[in-house]
Amino acid sequence: MPSNPPLSATHFVAPIDETPLLGVDTVSIAARKSNLYLDAWRDVRGRPLFYISGAIILLILVVALMPKLFTRIDPTYCNLDLSNGGPSAAHLLGSTFQGCDVYARIIFGAGTSLAVGFIVTALVTLVGVVVGAIAGFYGRWADAVLSRVGDIFFSIPYILAAVVIMSLFSSARNVWTISLAIGAFAWPSTARILRGQILSVKNADYVTSATALGVSPSKILLKHVLPNSIAPVIVITTIGLAAAIVAESTLSFLGVGLGSGTISWGNEISNAQGQLRTNPSSLIYPSIALSVTVLAFIMMGEVVRDALDPKARARR
Amino acid sequence: MKIKRWVAISAVVAAGAMVLAGCSAGASPTPTSTSSTAVITVNGSEPQNPLIPTNTNETGGGKITDNIFAGLVYYKADGSPVNDVAESIKTTDAQNYTIKIKPGLKFTNGEAVTAKSFVDAWQYGALFSNKQLNSYFFESIQGFSYDKDSPLTGLKVVDSTTFTVALVDKEADFPLRLGYTAFMPLPAVAFKDMTAFGASPIGNGPYKIKSPTAWQHNVKIDLVVNPAYTGPRKPKNGGLSIIFYATEDAAYAELQSGSLDVLDSVPNTDLANYTTDFPGRTVNQPAAIFQSFTIPSNLAHFTGAEGKLRRQAISMAVNRDQITKVIFQGTRTPATDFTSPVIAGYSKNLPGSGVLKYNPTEAKKAWAAADAISPWTGSFQIAYNADGGHQAWVDAVTNSIKNTLGIDSSGAPYPTFAQFRTVITNRTIKTAFRTGWQADYPALFNFLGPLYATKAGSNDGDYSSAAFDALLKQGQAQTDVASANKLFQKAQGVLLADLPVVPLWYSNVTGAYGKTVSNVKFGWNSVPIYTDISKG
Amino acid sequence: MVWYILRRLLQLIPVFFGATLLIYFMVFALPGDPIAALAGDRGLNPAVIAQLRAHYHLDQPFIIQYLIYLRGIFTGDLGTSFSGQPVSQILAATFPVTLRLTILAVIIESAAGILIGLVSGLRKGKLFDASALVVSLIMISIPIFVIAFVSQFIFGIKLAWAPPTVSEGAPWGDLILPAFVLATVSFAYIVRLTRASVIENLSEDFVRTATAKGLSRRRVIRVHILRNSMIPVVTYIGTDFGTLIVGATVTEGIFNVPGVGRTLYQAIIRGEAPTVVSFVTVMVIIYVVFNLLIDLLYGLLDPRIRYAK
Repeated sequence: MPSNPPLSATHFVAPIDETPLLGVDTVSIAARKSNLYLDAWRDVRGRPLFYISGAIILLILVVALMPKLFTRIDPTYCNLDLSNGGPSAAHLLGSTFQGCDVYARIIFGAGTSLAVGFIVTALVTLVGVVVGAIAGFYGRWADAVLSRVGDIFFSIPYILAAVVIMSLFSSARNVWTISLAIGAFAWPSTARILRGQILSVKNADYVTSATALGVSPSKILLKHVLPNSIAPVIVITTIGLAAAIVAESTLSFLGVGLGSGTISWGNEISNAQGQLRTNPSSLIYPSIALSVTVLAFIMMGEVVRDALDPKARARR
Repeated sequence: MKIKRWVAISAVVAAGAMVLAGCSAGASPTPTSTSSTAVITVNGSEPQNPLIPTNTNETGGGKITDNIFAGLVYYKADGSPVNDVAESIKTTDAQNYTIKIKPGLKFTNGEAVTAKSFVDAWQYGALFSNKQLNSYFFESIQGFSYDKDSPLTGLKVVDSTTFTVALVDKEADFPLRLGYTAFMPLPAVAFKDMTAFGASPIGNGPYKIKSPTAWQHNVKIDLVVNPAYTGPRKPKNGGLSIIFYATEDAAYAELQSGSLDVLDSVPNTDLANYTTDFPGRTVNQPAAIFQSFTIPSNLAHFTGAEGKLRRQAISMAVNRDQITKVIFQGTRTPATDFTSPVIAGYSKNLPGSGVLKYNPTEAKKAWAAADAISPWTGSFQIAYNADGGHQAWVDAVTNSIKNTLGIDSSGAPYPTFAQFRTVITNRTIKTAFRTGWQADYPALFNFLGPLYATKAGSNDGDYSSAAFDALLKQGQAQTDVASANKLFQKAQGVLLADLPVVPLWYSNVTGAYGKTVSNVKFGWNSVPIYTDISKG
Repeated sequence: MVWYILRRLLQLIPVFFGATLLIYFMVFALPGDPIAALAGDRGLNPAVIAQLRAHYHLDQPFIIQYLIYLRGIFTGDLGTSFSGQPVSQILAATFPVTLRLTILAVIIESAAGILIGLVSGLRKGKLFDASALVVSLIMISIPIFVIAFVSQFIFGIKLAWAPPTVSEGAPWGDLILPAFVLATVSFAYIVRLTRASVIENLSEDFVRTATAKGLSRRRVIRVHILRNSMIPVVTYIGTDFGTLIVGATVTEGIFNVPGVGRTLYQAIIRGEAPTVVSFVTVMVIIYVVFNLLIDLLYGLLDPRIRYAK
């Protein structure tokens, strides 16, 4: 067809401008593109919670990456003369049991704690989502194998994993090894939750119709099933970030943490535990730092989850 | 069995009710209600080995075996030995001993305690293939072998109440050892089935286990008074209920709530509060525990003349007074030698002990002098096992070194004690490491010989000094303890110059007890003298 | 259905071998010789160490040790701990205690978590929702040992509402305080998961239909919203059950509960392979059975899920 004849010319009934009902049937292609993630992004930009949590996260990231901007005190200088000292001009939040500056240690600990949180979360989510999605969506032997592997991994007590991993790397204890110790055996929880959610979603009408239309299974999984079952994963991921940072503290408490050479919130909390009755502030301040960080991430997770849920968006 | 369990539970409930009644009645318990049948509840930990005396080498099991067995001697609170089963222990040359025991004594199964009960038990404990953890205690007796089965030819039964011991060498303090767990007698029934015996031992001590199933693993063990015991340790109470706690913190909480009567070790986290939590009912006295860190003899920069200077500098850079005061709240006593203040022969002012005092200027000077020989590189680390509550003081010591000498210094934790011990035993450790020694028997030699004599069993730093070895040997050959101790003090002078380990402090025994018990005294080995405690 | 269950139970066999092999290997890989630690700081004679190593088969290569252990299992002998106690006895003594503790904790966390999560979801963005977020957040950001010590001090010692540690026989009453402490960790997860699911289901067609056909709000919430929101929550509670059984190390230690977590931790620290492997093996079996029950529960909760033969 060399040239398109004018539309009106092909009409045998009334000219197009005479039927106002036409708009109902036309597919609007000129309007903005509809895409789940694009829609989510548009939605997110209109919400104040997004900006609040975003600002906090940004601030924490700056602290983590450039702690020296926020304090000039050497966090590794500890002097027993100052043990459990109260707040003063030189030491805003007081001193720890060992006589180190609480504020400086919180600032310098942010990097380690965030790194542990991110690495563990990334590891757990990545493995958990892949395994959970495959097990739930494809079912049958894939489900049997992956779920049972998950059972084996999950039944291994994390303390055993931590002792083994931290012992094997006792000369190179860093955020990577401790993240591995925390995360390597935690993914089955995420996987199982996603699998359960997919089991209930994959029989939904829109999946059946997509299959009927001949959409490939992997496309159905990525385009339809996953977005509709991801909500609980986002929820446990945001809390899991907090749990990972706290787990580092528990491992320190049990003696298989990063060791006193590394400054982290978890280490600070674990070390301050003995001063619960004599100097609770050395415990409370790092806990507050941890809580605020976690709150920011949970709020952000909430915004994202809402935005990814087309039904909830439609209601607003 | 079910019925028995019920009885036990209701007894505990009754005891709890009594405590409650005592609380609600007012502050002062009525003195008239003191009874010799009340059971004392004390803290303990699950024994790590079967309850066989020659195989019990840790406090969890030792607390039980020491109370259900009676040896030739026992130790008074100050550590001086008093005859228990023994009638007399005699020697003329510090090498051949004749031991007579009191006649008519019995094990709780009715069997007589004879010279043979001792000799057989020691033979069993020493025999290589029996792989007893305490076998090394018999190494000084003739015939002992570490690598093959060989009977102790030095032991001879003379008659039913007499036996003789022939030692390989002269050893002045041999009689002092005989109160240690490893030297307890065993009844003949033990040798028939040692496994069964270890689960439910039959002894001759002031207490006996309540029933064959009294040892409830990981929960508790109940001991009752042994009516057949006629020795000097006659209990003033009705028995002991030793509750096994996973942590000292848990035991401390129980003491606070009133369901535990006596706690023999206050956890580090409560050191700041225990005297106010239990006003007038606490104990804080030096004990026979010596704490140090060892710098291996072959560690880079710590050998030869340079090493000597660096060792002195490190030692003088540790502010022992401040650390014991702040970190331990005064429950450690800064070290002035290599032994312990509760041991006869201890001296506060040994020549050369100035090196154990905090002295930043001298420390810096010595460090600089060492740098002149060979400049310092790297970091000074102290290794420790992370499962033992050592982190706080290791951090404080390394901070003190770091702040004084201006070098990098930190703790190096090993997750488990097993891993920590293995790298020390294999000599693969490349840092300094924490060491501690609790005496088995109250004698100076026990703090020196096993630790610093050339190739000694616990010489983890491979220290070797001909002068020190000679002085030790000379001291052991003396027949009276006082003149032996003079030589041992001289030997410590050698250690103070070489510093194979850096002495830190002596652990005090820190205990606390409830309102209902009285006469709580701690022995030299930091365990309460349970037999003397009364309750009411 | 029966076939499905049978097939799932058959899967236990490879899981059993996989788990025991992996765990045995992990304990084997633990650096440090357990025998070296038996004598405290003192150090043992090498000859004695060698003999003890031979006694516990520690001198054998890994696969031989594993096979010796397996042979023991099939002849009913799970080995002994270093203190001479048969592992089967330890299992029998500790699992009932921990099971009771775990059941209590799961009841507490699910009851409180689901209720608060449901109300939060129904009143999204309101004051209740915000306060629930803050409270659950505080619980998640404080390590469990701090919560345990504080609650032991306040409720066990100062107020004396509960004994600070668990007494002999671990009666139910004594386990309530540690169960509450254990529950705090998972409480936040359950609140957030329930809330998220409820919010999602509120806009589902079946809820609108139910409301439109005039059902009472109470019935809509109970039958349509709650039931359909339970899948992730139930899955989480199921996995949590397993975590709590082995993972109660810290809480059991602080409250002196003679249970699995504490015993297992001690065994790990001491390197007692037979104890560790036996415990974890029992755990795996419990875990697989539990997951099977949860999968069957899915079908009840959501009629759309059906299991093929």
